[in-house]
Amino acid sequence: MSATPLAMLAPALLDVRGLSVTFATRDGPVHAVKDLSFHIAPGEVLGIVGESGSGKTQAAMAVLGLMADNGRVTGSIRFEGDELVGMRDSFIGAIRGARIAMVFQDPMTSLNPYLTIGAQMGLVLKRHRGLRGYAAKAECVQLLDAVHITDPASRLRMYPHELSGGMRQRVMIATALLCRPALLIADEPTTALDVTVQAQILALMAELRVSFGTAIILITHDLGVAAGTCDRLIVMKDGVCLEQGPIDDCFHQPKTAYARELLAAVPRLDAEPIRARPAIAEPVIRVDDLAMHYPVAQPGFFAKPKILRALDGVSLELRPGETLGVVGESGSGKSTLARAVLRLVRPTHGTVCLLGRELSELPENEVRESRRDMQLVFQDPLAALDPRMTVGEIIAEPLQVFESSFSDKEVTARVAEAMAQVGLDPEWRNRYPHQFSGGQCQRVGIARALILKPKLLVCDEAVSALDVTVQAQIVSLLLELQARLGLALIFISHDLAVVRRLSHRVMVMYLGKVMEMADAEELYRAPKHPYTRALMAAVPIPDPRLEKTRVKALVKGEVPSPLAPPGGCAFRTRCEYAVGQCGSEEPGLVEVGTARVACWRVGEI
Amino acid sequence: MTAVGAASAATTVPETPRSLWSDAWSALRQNRAAMAAAIVLGILVLLVLFGPALSGYRFDKPNWDEIAVPPSLTGGHLFGTDSLGRDLFTRTLHGGRMSLLIGIVSTLVSLVIGVGWGATAGFLGGRVDRLMMRIVDILYALPFMFLVILLMVLFGRNILLIFVAIGAINWLDMARIVRGQTLGLKQREFIEAARVSGLKSGRIILRHIVPNLLGVVVIYVTLTIPQVILVESFLSFLGLGVQEPMTSWGVMVSEGALDMENAPWMLVFPAVFLAVTLFCFNYLGDGLRDALDPRDRSGR
Repeated sequence: MSATPLAMLAPALLDVRGLSVTFATRDGPVHAVKDLSFHIAPGEVLGIVGESGSGKTQAAMAVLGLMADNGRVTGSIRFEGDELVGMRDSFIGAIRGARIAMVFQDPMTSLNPYLTIGAQMGLVLKRHRGLRGYAAKAECVQLLDAVHITDPASRLRMYPHELSGGMRQRVMIATALLCRPALLIADEPTTALDVTVQAQILALMAELRVSFGTAIILITHDLGVAAGTCDRLIVMKDGVCLEQGPIDDCFHQPKTAYARELLAAVPRLDAEPIRARPAIAEPVIRVDDLAMHYPVAQPGFFAKPKILRALDGVSLELRPGETLGVVGESGSGKSTLARAVLRLVRPTHGTVCLLGRELSELPENEVRESRRDMQLVFQDPLAALDPRMTVGEIIAEPLQVFESSFSDKEVTARVAEAMAQVGLDPEWRNRYPHQFSGGQCQRVGIARALILKPKLLVCDEAVSALDVTVQAQIVSLLLELQARLGLALIFISHDLAVVRRLSHRVMVMYLGKVMEMADAEELYRAPKHPYTRALMAAVPIPDPRLEKTRVKALVKGEVPSPLAPPGGCAFRTRCEYAVGQCGSEEPGLVEVGTARVACWRVGEI
Repeated sequence: MTAVGAASAATTVPETPRSLWSDAWSALRQNRAAMAAAIVLGILVLLVLFGPALSGYRFDKPNWDEIAVPPSLTGGHLFGTDSLGRDLFTRTLHGGRMSLLIGIVSTLVSLVIGVGWGATAGFLGGRVDRLMMRIVDILYALPFMFLVILLMVLFGRNILLIFVAIGAINWLDMARIVRGQTLGLKQREFIEAARVSGLKSGRIILRHIVPNLLGVVVIYVTLTIPQVILVESFLSFLGLGVQEPMTSWGVMVSEGALDMENAPWMLVFPAVFLAVTLFCFNYLGDGLRDALDPRDRSGR
């Protein structure tokens, strides 16, 4: 925040004018970026937000001089007084890495799996600063320390796969800062991370920006992330800069309709009324003490396989028309829960009762009859559709299994009805999945799930891969379909804010166990479990004034390996309230008001 | 965010349905080498089918007055004659019939067995997979020549045996490739979606696994056909293949090689036909691989 007035006075570090990026493709030229102009001062943080295909990454790639063979850059990019457009590759190479550094979305794919951390960092030092041996090692240790990696000297000997996701991203940032660059370009640096880790990385970037004085271009689709970190903001759509200005103006006085639409679409923790639970009725599904344990083979011939407790002691009940939100970070067992409830895997323990029919012990061919009453919507909308089949064939497939007596005409009519129901033009039934956008593909997936008129619909991260505006549309569609069809919904997400709009009740999971389960109203107003609170604190709020003044109680560390969970309470290793009892005994779910919480200290905190 | 993302976001849903196959076809049509190869192959197939009937000579009738006549445009024998006075043009095309037939039939045999075996093993996984792939390993370990000679000894010389022997070896490769692909496909969400829709395993394999394997399989087939033709040539060269008066390119090359100094045309014509065919199949296979490989779908 304090950098803004300074930034106004200083000369621009990077000055981009009239930047255009064009790709030559088989279907003619594609203009990824059109006439983009911006500048950034030393030490400033500039956010570039936009949905997929908005050209935000291509703009950054152009600055770095990294272009695909069919790409062409025009305009002017001046960095520290040098013109980068048209500069020879060997010159740009000297600037890239040394003066401009980059951090990518997925730290696993940007680190070489065959080299140790120390070797990869050493390469950068050798290339740009001519440092080797002890001098290089000392420098690496110093930077790993700056990104808060404990025991940096021994980490240098580790390979990328030995580190957790958050640690890898810290290593990437440390590597990027090795040459003390003037500009750091971070492309979706926290998108692949859990929310609690995302909050840690964002806090780290804010800290480093002060201590190193590095200017940062933060590319993100998440307005909440931008709100908390950036001084100025660029909003892009279809390659065009729609809005550019100080962050407060962009959020509080957006000039364009698109920016307003984008802001309205972001799910927020602190808005919107929460839905009341539907009236008591015979439950659609009743799950009791469900557990799913997998043996995981260990290296070594005589080693005993370890037991992975993906899911442990989960119970739930769902009325018609009711939505249960399931929230948790990676490894929390929420996807396993979806698969166990749908009997795609046979649970190790516990019962699943769908419309009064007990499923957990039935053989596969008898479960199949119940499939018409329970359906699943997947995370990746395109991957869930067979690329060789037309959309009409895909939607009709469940019908052909369960209604084999239907004539072609009846099938076509039902498909058309299902497509219209999810807002797709039935005329499109002969097209193929790759011809549709992500949101349209997800609608196809929902149409397929609903064509048999199921009673229970499980959505496994069904909107996580979509852009915010599309996400909001799909959530609205689900709300509408639920009201019309009386569906019971299990809505799984890693994001508490997304779940809020749909849920009547919310279940928070951690390492396969339920931490807290409460009516949504209660849970969002007064979260009881320390983990729920930590999750809430980590979700960024798309409001720069609120976000920058909010005191965040950041939870430390990352989710432990589910293969070696802590004894006692699973969350105790990261919990600020943990006491001796938390380590020795596992807390059961106890009723607190309308909520059920698994925490020994729930009464005190 | 990449060029692909930018392109798909910029265009709305196109008016006409466009399947992956039609996309691949348009990509293939732009590959000149592959299209030229396909056209040459088409001409070859037509020649081989109808040429012998139009040449005016029988492939198996010796003519003791015209032994080893050199090729000439006017003398009636375009490619000359062989050491028994048979018209070499007719015999080359007739031999081509046999070579192509062996190539295509053996490949089809290995295709059907290999795809069925590999897809089943890969999809079912676990113990079934291990058992089925160990059988493949055992068959791999059998020496090919030994198998052929054994079959010859047991059943006598017979064209069918060559089909069987070559097919029996080739499906092993196909099964391994298909199994590997199936293991990858099985992880894809649309397979799980099919299970959620209530499909049985057999139907999932037929409706979802096999159609998605076809791209890889088609490429492999075009590369297997020339390989099989070569194997047949090799067997014939050793005297284990096609028997007189039937012939194949392999047999003709082997016989022509004996008279190379006196009558080079006996070697050159079948060898050129064989080489051109192999070239064409390889180019076509390369073109198909480029057209069908989804990783090369950038710029769309």
